[in-house]
Amino acid sequence: MSALTIIYAVLFYAATVVLVGGVAYKVYVYASTPAPLKIPTTPAPTTRLGVVGRMLREVTVFESLFKSNKWIWLFGILFHFALLLVLLQHLRYFTQPVWGWVVLEQPFGIYAGFIMVAGLFGLWARRFLVDRVRYISNLSDHLMLALLVAIAVSGLTMKFVAHTNIIALKQFFLGLLAFQLQPLPADPILLIHLALVATLMIIFPMSKLLHAPGVFFSPTRNQVDNPREHRHVAGWSASINNPGGR
Amino acid sequence: MANFETPALREYPIIPLIHAGTMAHSKPFVAKAEYQQPLGFPGALVDNWESVAVKKLGELVEESRALRVFLDSCVKCGACTDKCHYYLGTSDPKNMPVARQDLLRSVYRRYYTLAGKFFPKLVGARDMTKDVLDEWYSYFHQCSQCRRCSVFCPYGIDTAEVSMAARDIMDTVGVGQKYSNEIIAKVHKIGNNLGLPEPALRNTLDGLEEDVKDETGVDVKFPLDEKGAEVLLITPSADFFAEPHIDGLIGYAKVFHQAGIRWTLSSHASEAANFSMFIGNHDNLHKVAIRIREAALDLGVKRIVVGECGHAWRVAYSFWNTLIGPFDFLDRNYPVPQHICEMTYDLIQRGALTLDRSANDGKIVTYHDSCNVARASRMGSMPGGQFVIPRAVIKASVNKFHDMEPGSIHESTFCCGGGGGLLTDDLMELRVKGAQPRMQALQHVVENHGVNYMAAICAICKTQFAKVLPYYQFPMDMIGSVHGLVSKAIQLGTKE
Ligand code: HEM
Ligand code: SF4
Ligand code: SF4
Repeated sequence: MSALTIIYAVLFYAATVVLVGGVAYKVYVYASTPAPLKIPTTPAPTTRLGVVGRMLREVTVFESLFKSNKWIWLFGILFHFALLLVLLQHLRYFTQPVWGWVVLEQPFGIYAGFIMVAGLFGLWARRFLVDRVRYISNLSDHLMLALLVAIAVSGLTMKFVAHTNIIALKQFFLGLLAFQLQPLPADPILLIHLALVATLMIIFPMSKLLHAPGVFFSPTRNQVDNPREHRHVAGWSASINNPGGR
Repeated sequence: MANFETPALREYPIIPLIHAGTMAHSKPFVAKAEYQQPLGFPGALVDNWESVAVKKLGELVEESRALRVFLDSCVKCGACTDKCHYYLGTSDPKNMPVARQDLLRSVYRRYYTLAGKFFPKLVGARDMTKDVLDEWYSYFHQCSQCRRCSVFCPYGIDTAEVSMAARDIMDTVGVGQKYSNEIIAKVHKIGNNLGLPEPALRNTLDGLEEDVKDETGVDVKFPLDEKGAEVLLITPSADFFAEPHIDGLIGYAKVFHQAGIRWTLSSHASEAANFSMFIGNHDNLHKVAIRIREAALDLGVKRIVVGECGHAWRVAYSFWNTLIGPFDFLDRNYPVPQHICEMTYDLIQRGALTLDRSANDGKIVTYHDSCNVARASRMGSMPGGQFVIPRAVIKASVNKFHDMEPGSIHESTFCCGGGGGLLTDDLMELRVKGAQPRMQALQHVVENHGVNYMAAICAICKTQFAKVLPYYQFPMDMIGSVHGLVSKAIQLGTKE
């Protein structure tokens, strides 16, 4: 087996461990950190079911963002939905036989790459053009967009310009899933694409990409507005013991 | 009036370009030791305060899921950048909510995240230095904790939580704010923000009874410490003698009188306000709130009703059950606690009050939604009841009512500019500039609908507006209590 194959195999195992382990750890930390007081941003739903609806609207149509800024919303929706389609489309490299709905999703997934790049450039342009957003942007915010653009562009290049040996690539990933090494094609663009993806996986749990799991744990969005009806206690507020009463 | 310029009111709201540092000089007076110690804080900056601050930050993050998620999740999308009234009024970029959070997030990243430990420059992480502390002191006292940013952030990141944490850390290292801490010390010692002792309070209430008698010929009572009353009224102490607050208190008394409800105030708990929320300290939050439970038990009341006060209603509605519950000793047929507007609204629905709208006919009224009522609590049983109920009470008391622009009311309401522990003369410039977005929306209804009266249900809003309205060429008595309108409209002697 070539050194290249071994390096990339190790890289992807490591990246997967960091991504899955890191996100699982963060989710555990969020879940086990108490929310001692009721702080939903009101008006808020008064039932659990209502909160599920609010959360679904936040993560599917970015409800709050729509209220605040139509440009960010537009670019954000384009980028995220395109990303989702692209990710689903990539399932074909990890499944044998390829699931039926993934086959049906193919045509959308392929062109979604362009939309993703468009959305990313829209977001990136704001970081230069809008003085307020320029002010709050750190180098890491630019690099994150650069990374995603580079992933998308290298991917699109393989799809539409310089085809890679997709059969061999799939063998490589199916091999990884079965813990058997299969040779990885030594195509430079592919190698760049894969290295960038692994980088993204590794930084995911230690960067602002934590917004994806984070949003579900945000107390201002996930709490039920019922403090008068139900006595809420957690963390320091659980140790309050008031004398008197009946 | 002062050495700063009052911002111009424009035809349409404009998002200003950033002007770095325009408010860097704004700082409230620092609390002396005598106001720090009663709250359990050191009297002056402690030795090795850097490590004390960093440790406290870690503890706060560990005990608050909100803080943890908020510090991790911000993607710097910029959606909140034009939502803060202090940014809109000052154009200082550090008053953009995300930039304000970053003052603390940068330190959190440096000490508690991998990226910040190894690549501080890359992710904007900073050491805890004296410059950083000074910057915190300035800009975390330019946040009224109004939560407007949290409405518009895709993850609901609430800068109020961040500024509460920052103030708690500053108190822990010995750098507290005079205005808030002096007031909390007074509550601990005397029982209310004004430091008004029991005999003075009784005197004031007797005086009010006489005034109302002179004006209406009716014996409307203002009872204090009356055991066995049905309702304990908890109201901000400003209601006892600040203008226009006092008209509100008279209004509550008339409503109780006409509805035949036996009520009382308490000298032990003669204050609804709980400034401990502003400084983010939960020991003080509990200590200030528990007086109300004690008073309710001692007086043997069945219900607790809360007067017109924004942050107090947040503490009462959202936190009391947690802090000073369970309320198993109260009548559960009524919400515990109940807002005075909820009570008046119910009485109106039941036909228990006679209101003559024409008594307010000189007034064309608009309503200012107070932040803490709008975005941190509720009234009634429906989400958004906090918008409907006060307006219904107003509309039952006046003939002419016009709302301000949609983007400046309900959950999008603009802060008065004086909330969150900033209602002090040493922050006058900030207060005037922060009021600009609200004044602009007011200007619109003044010009288009002839509005000449703005009603509110928050003691801080009322005081703040009475002070800043003149800066914008509005008369200071344009601001009033919702129950001041009820007080005018109610026809005593028709039901009782
Ligand atoms: C539950 C899933 C997710 C939700 C609800 C979500 C939501 C959002 C929202 C509302 C924004 C702000 C608007 C914008 O700038 O686009 C945002 C930004 C961003 N999201 Fe997500 N996201 C999710 C998953 C992901 C994932 C898996 C990635 C992975 C790469 C990602 C990458 C980004 C990036 C890079 C930004 C910042 C864009 C910029 O720099 O302006 N998101 N996300
Ligand atoms: S809206 Fe929320 S996520 Fe976006 S910059 Fe502001 S705080 Fe950060
Ligand atoms: S809570 Fe209010 S005052 Fe504070 S940053 Fe947000 S919008 Fe500004």
